[in-house]
Amino acid sequence: MSEKITTDSVETPKNNVQAAGTTVRGKKKRLGNKREIMITLCFFVAVFIGMTGYLVYFVATSEQDMINNSYNSRQQILLSRNYRGSILSRDGEILAQTVLDENQNEKREYPFENLFAHIVGYSTQGRMGVEALANYYLINSNTSISNKAANDMAGVKNPGDNVYTTLDVQIQQLADEQLDIYRGAIVVTEVKTGKILAMVSHPDFDPNEIEEIWDDLVENDSSSVLVNRATQGLYPPGSTFKIVTALEYIRENADTYLNYSFQCNGYYAEGDSRINCYHGSKHGLVDFELSFAKSCNASFANIGMGLDRNTFAETLEDLLFGEELPLTLNYVKSSVHVEENMSTDEMMQTSIGQGKTQITPIHLNMITCAIANGGTLMKPYVIDRVENEEGDVVKSFKSDSYGNLMSEEEAAILTQLMTSVVENGTASKLKGLNYTAAGKTGSAEYNNVKGDSHAWFTGFAPAEDPEVCVTIIVEGAGSGGDYAVPIARRLFDAYFAETDG
Amino acid sequence: MQEYIVELSKYFITIGMALYAFACFYAFRYRKEEERKGIYIAQNIIMFFLQAVSFLDLYIASRDIQYVFLYAFIQIFLFAAIMMVTMIYETCNRLLLNNMCMLLSIGLCMISRLSLNKAIRQYVIVILSLTVSLLVPFLLSKIRFWKKLTWVYAAVGILMLSAVLILGEVTHGSKISFTLGGVTFQPSEFVKILFLFFLAAALWEDVSLKRVLVTAILAGLYVIVLVISKDLGSALIFFIGFVFVVFVASGRYLYLLIGAVLGSAAACVAYFLFDHVRIRVLAWQDPWSYIDDQGYQITQSLFAVGSGSWFGMGLLKGNPKAIPYVDADFIFSAICEEFGVIFGICLILVCISCFVVIMDIALKIHDRFYQLIVYGIGIMYIFQIFLTIGGGIKFIPLTGVTLPFISYGGSSVMTSMIMFFIIQGIYIRLQQEGEKRVVRKNNNRFSRNTEE
Repeated sequence: MSEKITTDSVETPKNNVQAAGTTVRGKKKRLGNKREIMITLCFFVAVFIGMTGYLVYFVATSEQDMINNSYNSRQQILLSRNYRGSILSRDGEILAQTVLDENQNEKREYPFENLFAHIVGYSTQGRMGVEALANYYLINSNTSISNKAANDMAGVKNPGDNVYTTLDVQIQQLADEQLDIYRGAIVVTEVKTGKILAMVSHPDFDPNEIEEIWDDLVENDSSSVLVNRATQGLYPPGSTFKIVTALEYIRENADTYLNYSFQCNGYYAEGDSRINCYHGSKHGLVDFELSFAKSCNASFANIGMGLDRNTFAETLEDLLFGEELPLTLNYVKSSVHVEENMSTDEMMQTSIGQGKTQITPIHLNMITCAIANGGTLMKPYVIDRVENEEGDVVKSFKSDSYGNLMSEEEAAILTQLMTSVVENGTASKLKGLNYTAAGKTGSAEYNNVKGDSHAWFTGFAPAEDPEVCVTIIVEGAGSGGDYAVPIARRLFDAYFAETDG
Repeated sequence: MQEYIVELSKYFITIGMALYAFACFYAFRYRKEEERKGIYIAQNIIMFFLQAVSFLDLYIASRDIQYVFLYAFIQIFLFAAIMMVTMIYETCNRLLLNNMCMLLSIGLCMISRLSLNKAIRQYVIVILSLTVSLLVPFLLSKIRFWKKLTWVYAAVGILMLSAVLILGEVTHGSKISFTLGGVTFQPSEFVKILFLFFLAAALWEDVSLKRVLVTAILAGLYVIVLVISKDLGSALIFFIGFVFVVFVASGRYLYLLIGAVLGSAAACVAYFLFDHVRIRVLAWQDPWSYIDDQGYQITQSLFAVGSGSWFGMGLLKGNPKAIPYVDADFIFSAICEEFGVIFGICLILVCISCFVVIMDIALKIHDRFYQLIVYGIGIMYIFQIFLTIGGGIKFIPLTGVTLPFISYGGSSVMTSMIMFFIIQGIYIRLQQEGEKRVVRKNNNRFSRNTEE
């Protein structure tokens, strides 16, 4: 065939000459149209190659999205053949499992009860957390064919695959204890990999009883128990946002930011707008680093008023404000707006993380991680690998870089600033330990009554070679330095005790 | 034991289909039919093997004895079809015949899985279609005035379509069918053949601007009537068929360009004029946002393909019935779900192989009239496959046309079969002419030699 085609196409030019001569007269038969037929053939073959390529791409990339969609009735088919696999911690402790009674009735059990309520989630009233994320793996069974055959003979279901997470039971437990009766959230991640070690959200619930308490939770939703505050809770960032304002200032004044100085008398005023320092403190003469370390509102309002709003908006975009986050868990986008025509008051409020600015703890954690990791953000992830019943790895997930949120140099400067927060500033409760921590506190006022504030801390350790990153928010507790920093200290202590020991 | 059979059969089916598709193209290496004979027989063996495994799966999963009967009847038909055609028309194109039987067998198997009643209806229609089609090559060779009926084809075709537009039943918003004595016809399918005969008769000896314009106006009438009937898929197929036939008849690329421009313009006008066109485009761009509504069909189809993955879920193990009109418009998605995407890709390869064979035959024909018919059939065939498969996997917007030989639907399968037998008839003529020409050529060479 191929041989024949070549000879045909060699003939074609000659035929075309003939054809041109005859078509002018119109009536006479045009002989050679072999080239046109060949072109048609190639055209449609090319179209089909494109279509087949699309099909292959579609199947290769979206298999589990398809199964996981709640509109896909095939989930029920898989569930009728397999029972749900287990979810395990990084060192193999069971976080969720399906147990069968003698009549093969299935019940989903969560041995740690409330502890992993949001991050591991539940699977019966809709799905949440890892139960939702790993649903496809949990209801698929890759057990050996001999097991499948044996199960088939016995008339029982196949075991679904087991999902190993990156979660650390001890750190999770500690974070949960530390948050205590307060509402709020704690996120602990590994800087260099993006592994989520702990994620706590309070108030929580017992997923073992989700069916019984569901109606109550949904109807009396005033405390938003079902919301994972770590990824879906929007909070005013308060002073932790000064990281962002500082980054923008450094970008605009790369050579001169060290010469900055400001005389703080406890407030900054322009026109009718006025910003006070926290609890009316007067910081006196401060340079850039000290403004950051002491979290001086007046100085940062001053800095904010001098910023170029267009480039500020770009920096915010770089840091993923108002953008999609590289996160597979359900989350809410952070919101902040810097516009050319913003009022003085709005701009001042925005510079110190008040006003309309809102952020989720996981987002602040990601920004902090990027600073700790030389500007590069590792995508946070919670599923480490999937194994079948026999323990063979079906699929493993690698840490993956999202890209740079800032330059290495900028990250180094911010690390220096955040170290001085510990050494000379508001996070002094982290000072003098056998590791150097770096971070930023925040006391975010959330209503107009003075003194009502959420305690924030976001930071990492060791500052020289960061390993672990924590972000803490305790709702309504007071100042970050007093209420969030001690929690961070215990978490760092526990992490290093665990890794060193 | 069952588990082993079902699990293993998935791989057997995929491998068998891959071998079959490979054979389709491997056969092109050999130029002579006699040399290809082994390949053809191997293809038939693979087809019967795939049928046996598939129906075994169906029986094991359902324990329904009806599948056994249906299997037996289908095998008898397939065997008889191959034997009869090759005996009556010894010089027919075996590859085209094999592929047709292969596609029919896959279709019958899939329809059996979806609905036994429909499978039985389809089976009867297939037998009827073959009976009619067997006459086609004979009629082609006996009747000599095919080329002279130009305006008759045009008039009858347009009249038939208009009759449906006025008298037809409204199904799902389109007026494309009518029922006679309990049997539902979809005339736009049969009109395809008339349309191609009209184009070929109009353009085979005269491709002057005037003639092309007159043809274009009449072809435009076909398309407009189809658009008004809301049968967008058929309208597109007719339009593309027309553009390409004019291109090959005239050899002018300009016509392709004009066709592309006019087609795009018409598509834009249709987009702004008709709601149902806009909905289709919307559902294609972002089906997930309209998953309850306009996007339901396409997302269910994507679920099927995605869930099936490479090797499929196995027969009766998936849920293809969740897709509305799965047996007609979305049968490819159902095949991908239960037989697997690799199987689906091989199926596409078999269709492409048919297209290559048809184009190859068109290349060899010297009689322009018959050449244009063969070429036109090839274009309509492959473009329809593109529309249905591309629509089902969200490569292009949905148009709702059938997959030839595979989808459930009597008019579709009968038209497809008649078209393939028209090609067979023309191919048989070509073989006979070829023999004569060889003789003449030898004579010429002899005489030229003597002159020198």
